[in-house]
Amino acid sequence: MAESPHTVTTLPTTRQPGCPFDPPAELLDARRHGPISRYTHPGGRPGWLITGYDLVRSVLADPRFSSRKELMNVVDFELPPASPGEFLLTDEPQHSRYRKPLVGRFTVRRMRLLTERVEQVTAACLDAMEEAGPSADLVASFARPIPAVIICELLGVPYEERDSFQRQTEALMSGEPTEEELIAAYTAVQEYVARLVAAKRAHPTDDVLSELTDSDLTDEELQGVGLTLLAAGLDTTANMLSLGTFALLRNPAQLAALRADPALADRAVEELLRYLTVAKSFMRTALEDVELGGQTIEAGTTVVLSYHTANRDPERFADPQVLDIGRQSVGHLAFGHGIHQCLGQQLARVELRVALPALFDRFPALRLAVPPEEVELRPEFADIFGVKSLPVTWDEEES
Amino acid sequence: MRLRVDRERCIGAGMCALTAPEVFDQDADDGRVLLLDAEPSAVHRAAARMAVGVCPSGAITFNEPQSGGP
Repeated sequence: MAESPHTVTTLPTTRQPGCPFDPPAELLDARRHGPISRYTHPGGRPGWLITGYDLVRSVLADPRFSSRKELMNVVDFELPPASPGEFLLTDEPQHSRYRKPLVGRFTVRRMRLLTERVEQVTAACLDAMEEAGPSADLVASFARPIPAVIICELLGVPYEERDSFQRQTEALMSGEPTEEELIAAYTAVQEYVARLVAAKRAHPTDDVLSELTDSDLTDEELQGVGLTLLAAGLDTTANMLSLGTFALLRNPAQLAALRADPALADRAVEELLRYLTVAKSFMRTALEDVELGGQTIEAGTTVVLSYHTANRDPERFADPQVLDIGRQSVGHLAFGHGIHQCLGQQLARVELRVALPALFDRFPALRLAVPPEEVELRPEFADIFGVKSLPVTWDEEES
Repeated sequence: MRLRVDRERCIGAGMCALTAPEVFDQDADDGRVLLLDAEPSAVHRAAARMAVGVCPSGAITFNEPQSGGP
């Protein structure tokens, strides 16, 4: 069974012109050769690239693979361990220590209670778009502000500080800032979160950060948790909203089906999550020798898990390159799997479920304002896939 | 089918409560799984089986009864 594996030399950096929603052709090609390929990390270290659904899922559930930052064997120097509170880059038992005090705040029921608030925030964004219209950049006017307002409210960022805070985090997340700009923005956000934690400690209010001050986490850990929640909650959902709009506009029959039957909205959200998979890949390091897909992953080797090709695996999803909002996409890996599966996934679902139908309700003739090939994509090396901006227009009299 | 949950393994992702809300809920305080119905009726069995399949931490298991079971 241990045939000589397919080899991927560099992770591809561009998507195909004309079908930006599809993963780069080289990755789909690797999947056609089998679920696991030999791969060398950009830092020169040998590794493996896993593109098949079953194998990605099994690694994510396998405690023999670690998420610890300092074990990532991708460059020829040792990476520092995760900062306090950076729970995505830890294993058990540290991971549970950070995650446990949070989960009660992010249950299905609790997130659904936010529906009305998400509706209000969405309506306010749509009002502003309509007033300034009949054209807009959907990223700036819709996709970014909705999740930003909601996560700020959840974390307890005071209303009057939200604007400056949003500007800082946007500098951190959007575009391609220089290293200096990145460091400056990161420092500013970090300092802000530190002040916020101190304020919540002194005067707790009704929000996630205040509640966390009741746990045994230190201030430094609380800051790391706060930053992780922000980073995870802003950019991912924002890109799902903008890319989801783009994808539906490029698939008018699917959009028409969604409009004709609002009951399809839940399925449509799951299918968009599968089809777009904005968090494209993660890494894990083998703690011991592990047999995987007929290959031996040696202890200490870091594997790249390609969520987006896993979600396009023809052995798991029929006609995977087709956006089909009627299909049953439950079980997709857009939120990962295993103990690190996205804590905020139920919040993302509520936001997508509310905001996308509301947008198309308000602007029935919404369309791209530029040819689709002129919509500028984020580079493939960005952590989260998305568009830099999405110029849209509509007919003034209709709204 | 008879369902069992392991609350120590549960990470509170909520996939069970989302997929089979008649069978599973989440504790309001700690977010971990609550089993509402260990032997779901026929109409809820498919959803319950799917919830077992999508649980990210493998916290839910079930036994299929031998032939003749409910």
